[in-house]
Amino acid sequence: MAVFSLATLGIILVSAAIDRKRTWAGLREGMTMLLSVLPTFLTVLVLAAVALYIIPPDAIKDHLGQGQGVRGIVIAAGIGSMALMPGFVAFPLAAILIKQGASIYAVSAFITTLMMVGIITLPAEFRYLGVKAAVLRNAISLIAAIIVAVLMGLTYAWR
Amino acid sequence: MPGGEAPKTAPRPARKGSAWKQALGYTPFFIFVAAVGASIYWQWMPGIQAGLNFRQFLAEMLLILPPAFLLIGLVDVWVSRETIEKQVGTGSGIKGILWVTLLAMFQAGPLYVAFPVAYLLWRKGSSLRNVFIYLSSFSAMKFPLLTFEVGFMGLRFSITRLVFTLPVFIGVGVLMDKLMGKNYFLKNGNPALGAGCRDTGLGGER
Repeated sequence: MAVFSLATLGIILVSAAIDRKRTWAGLREGMTMLLSVLPTFLTVLVLAAVALYIIPPDAIKDHLGQGQGVRGIVIAAGIGSMALMPGFVAFPLAAILIKQGASIYAVSAFITTLMMVGIITLPAEFRYLGVKAAVLRNAISLIAAIIVAVLMGLTYAWR
Repeated sequence: MPGGEAPKTAPRPARKGSAWKQALGYTPFFIFVAAVGASIYWQWMPGIQAGLNFRQFLAEMLLILPPAFLLIGLVDVWVSRETIEKQVGTGSGIKGILWVTLLAMFQAGPLYVAFPVAYLLWRKGSSLRNVFIYLSSFSAMKFPLLTFEVGFMGLRFSITRLVFTLPVFIGVGVLMDKLMGKNYFLKNGNPALGAGCRDTGLGGER
């Protein structure tokens, strides 16, 4: 994780060497965005911290863990298809889940369905794509998302 | 954008008038800090444990979140969206796929923001296959999203996911193209998009 900060620092330095003014504008824009999401982010961390105390440590392993196989993927894909959350909430949550014993299969299924399938946003999709195309797109994407999740789990298991 | 909702993945800078609203957003955080403080005072273990959980999460997240947002800001200044928009819909085959994917990667917002753009792409003459590849890429390959993914899940997770998803997306596009057939057309779900389409720079009649 420190590598990520170092890489960012390197990119900022290169960018500044090319164009200092532009870099400064970009950094300021990034900081403004960070400040505007900080309340949401802190609230999510508070909820996660409380939830992890209330939920017994084994519950996550029992439902989304390695031994759960298909059931874990189905639960995670169901939640991912219905939930609507931005990336800066979804990925920290996924990282916490993995630390608590959730399998790569389940976490990947959650992430891929969250991105590709949107049950909540279906009405908006109907208006542009029509009912048939929207339902087909979501159904095909759901299957595709689960295939990707299984492949990801397999590559992680293989190495 | 339908209903004028604000994009959620990369929020725009807040307006000055909303400073109060902004401060109000910290309420849960402050209540939590006060509760943990009280728990420490009265030695209430559950409260202390939740506080320790929070401290551990926060320490890890603070290493990633600021760099991620700085990167997003930098990309926003360096990548010229106009150049990409001009190219979209011009090439066919691999080139067409490449440009719609690039367009999708450097846009912000949740999926419902992508539908109006998909409609405009289709009207400009993009193939149905490319319109659906655009929608998929938008939902799963946006640059801000990748930044958070690499930061929190690691480069390996991100690359593995991309390697598997990209071919799948092209497959979804081809399949949708086949299933919907020639007589299918996208609808304009937002009357505000009208004839000009100046706001996206993707104007032009089909």
